[in-house]
Amino acid sequence: MLRIIRYSFADLIRSRWLYFYTGFYLVLTGALFLISADLSKVIVSLMNAILFIVPLVALLFGVMVQYNTREFTELLLAQPIPRRSIFLGQYLGIATALAISFLLGAGIPFILSGIFLSGEIWNFSILLLSGILLSYIFSALGYLLALINDNRIRGFGLAILVWLLLAVVYDGLFLLGLAWFSDYPLENVAIGVTVFNPIDLARILILLKLDVSALMGYTGAVFNKFLGTSLGMGLALTILVVWAVLPVSMIRYISLRKDF
Amino acid sequence: MIHLHHIHKSFGRLEVLRGVDLAFDRPGITAVLGPNGSGKSTLLKSILGMVLPDQGEIHFNGKPIDNLGQYRKDISYLPQIARFPENLRVRELIRMIESFRSQPSQSAELIHQFGLESVLDSQLGHLSGGTRQKVNLVLTLMYDTPVIILDEPTAGLDPVAMVKLKELIIQAREDGKILLITTHIMSLVEELADRVVFLLEGRIYFDGKPDELKQRVDEPNLEKAIANLLSGGHLTPIQPLDASSKPIKKMNGNVVQPQLKY
Repeated sequence: MLRIIRYSFADLIRSRWLYFYTGFYLVLTGALFLISADLSKVIVSLMNAILFIVPLVALLFGVMVQYNTREFTELLLAQPIPRRSIFLGQYLGIATALAISFLLGAGIPFILSGIFLSGEIWNFSILLLSGILLSYIFSALGYLLALINDNRIRGFGLAILVWLLLAVVYDGLFLLGLAWFSDYPLENVAIGVTVFNPIDLARILILLKLDVSALMGYTGAVFNKFLGTSLGMGLALTILVVWAVLPVSMIRYISLRKDF
Repeated sequence: MIHLHHIHKSFGRLEVLRGVDLAFDRPGITAVLGPNGSGKSTLLKSILGMVLPDQGEIHFNGKPIDNLGQYRKDISYLPQIARFPENLRVRELIRMIESFRSQPSQSAELIHQFGLESVLDSQLGHLSGGTRQKVNLVLTLMYDTPVIILDEPTAGLDPVAMVKLKELIIQAREDGKILLITTHIMSLVEELADRVVFLLEGRIYFDGKPDELKQRVDEPNLEKAIANLLSGGHLTPIQPLDASSKPIKKMNGNVVQPQLKY
């Protein structure tokens, strides 16, 4: 499996898009530092960008790589390699390449700004951890969508739909629901509903760590009030890890049953 | 060596294989024939575990095949459509496949035989169809395996490469290997095949020597014999339907016309 991961990784780091992606974070983070010298402000601004962009790019890469390597996958399937190694290896190759790309793009400007000497290092680490987890989660979802749908247009369409739902529409619907049922105690419901959106969970995780209550929003505040900072963070992190594992086990399940 | 027991496979509502029983034990060249969509590729892919049958069992060397695929080290497979990662170079692809199989490889020899030295550093996306097929052949034939499965090996090959391919196939037979080949080129079948398996709508209609096929329809030319088989009254599957499969669409008279490509 390690060999497959390596090849999948090597194939991706040759792609221009990945450099573009790293470069984008370099420019974005660099620009944020130009605007503000306050590390915690930069972290919050960067968070807002990461929560939108990481899931979108990871989804699209996951879908794209799975479709582009279809023929190659068939070549591998005829070799004495276990099926699960082929698919999990490819996925891990993409996810790791994306995570490293993000890590470098967002990390280098912070290192240059002297993050290691400041008290913000842990806040920054949580931000990076969230970005990495989101890279793994959403590239798995993208890869899975492409594995299930042989029709490429539908695969890409669904990926964008998933992104729109989780990154954009979800918040609106959620707020609408809260306003609608505002006469009822909704705290537990709110926590329950948040569990279904990894982007929201990542946001809560970062904001709990930063302790910026003004930005937490309703769910963040509920997490903070009912679970406290450490328990809330622990819960958010645990569910994020579940989110990362679940699609991967689905990839495994489907890859063992698919015809090529 | 390879035993297929009652293989059924459907893609959605389309039944591609309907109760196929086959055994490949003796060395030699078997041509798997049939019109487009008759289930040839599906049959070969199911031996490799790429297509998973809905029913039935496949045994390789006495053991049922599994998802771990270690048995595939004894099989060389040439897929029908040669498509590779576009931005990889020929040399890298060959090296990569070699790294997945820790078996001695004769790639250098084959590269020379097919005259591929000049394209070794070209990206696969820039190669012509025929050149890709040659690369495909090198990747397939570079291992010394007891079983060789070739799905349309002649597609896009120039005459020189075709001659080379025939030599390699004959050499493999002399080495005592089991070869399964699908092709639409009947002259190749006449020239090479020791055994013909004729597949139609997912069932086997003939399994025997090419001469027996010709005798059966009383036609000295194999191409015409196959056409006769399709259009004449000779169409009865050699294996009875089992209770689980639906009755086959009636095929008497001239219902199935050889609009089918040969």
